[in-house]
Amino acid sequence: MNDVILSRIAEALTWTGRYVERADATGRILDAYLHRLLEDPWRDEDMACRSLYAILGVDAGTDAVDMQQVLDQLAFDARSTCSIEGALGAARLNARSAREAVSSEMWECLNSTWHALADQRLAARRTGPYAYLELVRRRAALFFGLADSTMSRDDSWRFVVLGRSLERVDMTVRLLSVRVLDAAHAPDWPTLLSASGADEAYARVYGGFGDTARVAEFLIMDREFPRSVLHALTTAEECLAALGRPRQDPARRPIGRMRTRLEYLDSTALEDVLPSLLRELQTSCMASAEAVAERFFPYQGPVEWAQEGA
Amino acid sequence: MADIFDAYALADAWDEMFERPGEVRTAYEPVLAALQPMEPAELRFRADQMARSFTDRGVTYAFAGEERPWPLDLVPRVLDALEWDLIQRGVSQRVRALEAYLADAYGPCRAFEDGVVPWRLLLNSPHFHRAAHGVEPPGGVRIHVAGIDLVRDEAGDFRVLEDNVRVPSGVSYVIENRRAMTRIFPSLFAEQHVLPVDGYGQRLLAALRAAAPDGVGDPRVVVLTPGPSNAAYFEHALLARLMGVQLVEGHDLVCRGNRVWMRTTRGEMPVHVVYRRLDDDFLDPLHFRPDSVIGCPGIMNAAQAGNVTLANAVGNGIADDKLLYTYVPDLIRYYLAEEPVLPNVESFRPDEPGQLEAVLDQLDQLVVKPVDGAGGQGIVIGPHADRQTIDRVRKEVVADPRGWIAQRPVALSTSPTLAGERMAPRHIDLRPFAVNDGSDVWVLPGGLTRVALQEGNLIVNSSQGGGSKDTWVLAEGPAEGPAAEPTGPLPEVAPRQLGPDGERPVAQEGAQQQ
Repeated sequence: MNDVILSRIAEALTWTGRYVERADATGRILDAYLHRLLEDPWRDEDMACRSLYAILGVDAGTDAVDMQQVLDQLAFDARSTCSIEGALGAARLNARSAREAVSSEMWECLNSTWHALADQRLAARRTGPYAYLELVRRRAALFFGLADSTMSRDDSWRFVVLGRSLERVDMTVRLLSVRVLDAAHAPDWPTLLSASGADEAYARVYGGFGDTARVAEFLIMDREFPRSVLHALTTAEECLAALGRPRQDPARRPIGRMRTRLEYLDSTALEDVLPSLLRELQTSCMASAEAVAERFFPYQGPVEWAQEGA
Repeated sequence: MADIFDAYALADAWDEMFERPGEVRTAYEPVLAALQPMEPAELRFRADQMARSFTDRGVTYAFAGEERPWPLDLVPRVLDALEWDLIQRGVSQRVRALEAYLADAYGPCRAFEDGVVPWRLLLNSPHFHRAAHGVEPPGGVRIHVAGIDLVRDEAGDFRVLEDNVRVPSGVSYVIENRRAMTRIFPSLFAEQHVLPVDGYGQRLLAALRAAAPDGVGDPRVVVLTPGPSNAAYFEHALLARLMGVQLVEGHDLVCRGNRVWMRTTRGEMPVHVVYRRLDDDFLDPLHFRPDSVIGCPGIMNAAQAGNVTLANAVGNGIADDKLLYTYVPDLIRYYLAEEPVLPNVESFRPDEPGQLEAVLDQLDQLVVKPVDGAGGQGIVIGPHADRQTIDRVRKEVVADPRGWIAQRPVALSTSPTLAGERMAPRHIDLRPFAVNDGSDVWVLPGGLTRVALQEGNLIVNSSQGGGSKDTWVLAEGPAEGPAAEPTGPLPEVAPRQLGPDGERPVAQEGAQQQ
């Protein structure tokens, strides 16, 4: 009977997937940066913080910034969906409005996470944000694990995964962009790898030695690593294909085009095309997300009934 | 060692657990035996565990603008098989009589012609909807779901306090209370035969599907909610999930050509049965409140055209009008030719000649209720009210006698309830839920027991700070126990394969063992 889902629910599910992924990625990035800062006392805190703001697309302003301010804005600010708390809060509200479509366990995971964050935030003020960031990572993993193990592989599940995949591409591209496009704010390669949760996987493939070409190649073109751009694009495309095959699919086209391009890209030429490639990836993702919204959840404005009757 | 029941002093009412001080009723013996040895700290611990689990799962309600965990008391309310048989027959009888009344009132009006109920009762009712007149619902069902509020009086007799046949809520808490209690007191459940409550979703779905318009092969059922900001949203979502149907908001639906469609990712899909959880007034801005944005314009026309079934039907409010309540015993005799199984609470009708004066004379000894109030709103309990309130109510009743009924106050029965460190008697009521599929009125075993958490308070609504209890219906004997052993040959299951370190050898048919 549940062969279809409401447009509103599909939208809520997509955003739930996106927001949880965003919280997870933001948590990883913050953790990696904090770790580097602590381990390297000569590092310029202001510079590192600016780099973080640049990655996450938040205006840093002109005054000097420190880590506490970064945490307040990128972790604890419940009003902004660019922060962890804001993203998880938005994920919770979206899941709540789609509560009959997500499993109870998924909803409980988000709801109890939301309640646990408040306590953990207070603890973070005293002992540092590590437990907080770890909680976020673990709960995000739990959430997607529950999605994988408690949802049927139907359209509802595909929208969650689609949202997660699009966000994943976006976050990885953001990380790389700062390194490639803005050397002043650049994170070093180990930080970048660990912010993507890729340090160990990378070490297994390349033996731990990092340079721009290899790290970028791994994060963009690796077929096996689930956080790589290619992998996330492939997943997103599979979801879109399964959601229906119209003759022309403006949601799938930009994704598919980028995916094919990455599949056949000569990795030795990667470094040269990197700046333009990253820009294209970002625009393609946005174009696809917009097309998804247009096709599956058209804006439902106020119903015009006043003219009809009464 | 002091135990938690030490200070338990019976109130001036029927106590559910104790016949006399220290003398427990048979049905409660196991409950008392399980609870009595517990330290207050142990009980608190379990209560806190439960509250946390409710919070995590979002089983909360809004009180004074705050999200609070659903207040479930640890002491269950127990009904034995005989008590339940009476309640179940009484509730189902009441629903059948109210169904007959609705069919009559929106049809031939025989009861009015025959003088059983006065015409003015119908014509003055704010819930009489012209839009519902002449609509013959599929299977003749207008009350798909009912919640009948019962109280137990000083003598221990169950009495009907009011009928809810519009949008009765609370069934989700019956299901959640049970789930919580089986987790907190697993051993208690193992010892007793408590009738299960988890069949509600399937019963409801079957009744809703049976109510689909004629000729629809595979009807699509949806639950219509006002949205996440509604206090009962949790319940709406739970019901949709239990039934495996879509939970829709007004703007997910669109009406065209007198049919109802829902907007999905694969285009618009037809909808046949709408279990609506919003009041008539908000359902369709074209017919009712034009300022409502939570309903669906055109849905009434689709219902009138017979293309969609609304459950419960529009216009049911005339049947749970509190003034009609006073006539229900007569209606049972008139339509069903039966004697009422459950009596009413003694009531007065201020709009009847002679009764207004009688009511006004003893206002300070009666409970006065507005006929269309809900959630305990507007109720004045004479013996507890101050002079000013009595005077205000007097004026209001004189100004609009049709708008009020008066009842003899009933000292609702009490049940031991955790208050701080000790058990204390608190007043309770009971709302059993009935589902009508057109051929049978089924009553969910148990129902929602609500508790007035303040000492002496008689208002149990959660919107006014009330709590709740899990309600157990004991099966008659072991033979009637819910978990009958399946008969017949056991299914053939292949033996589990163990790895090389397994203790048992792999015993596959024909396999050579070493």
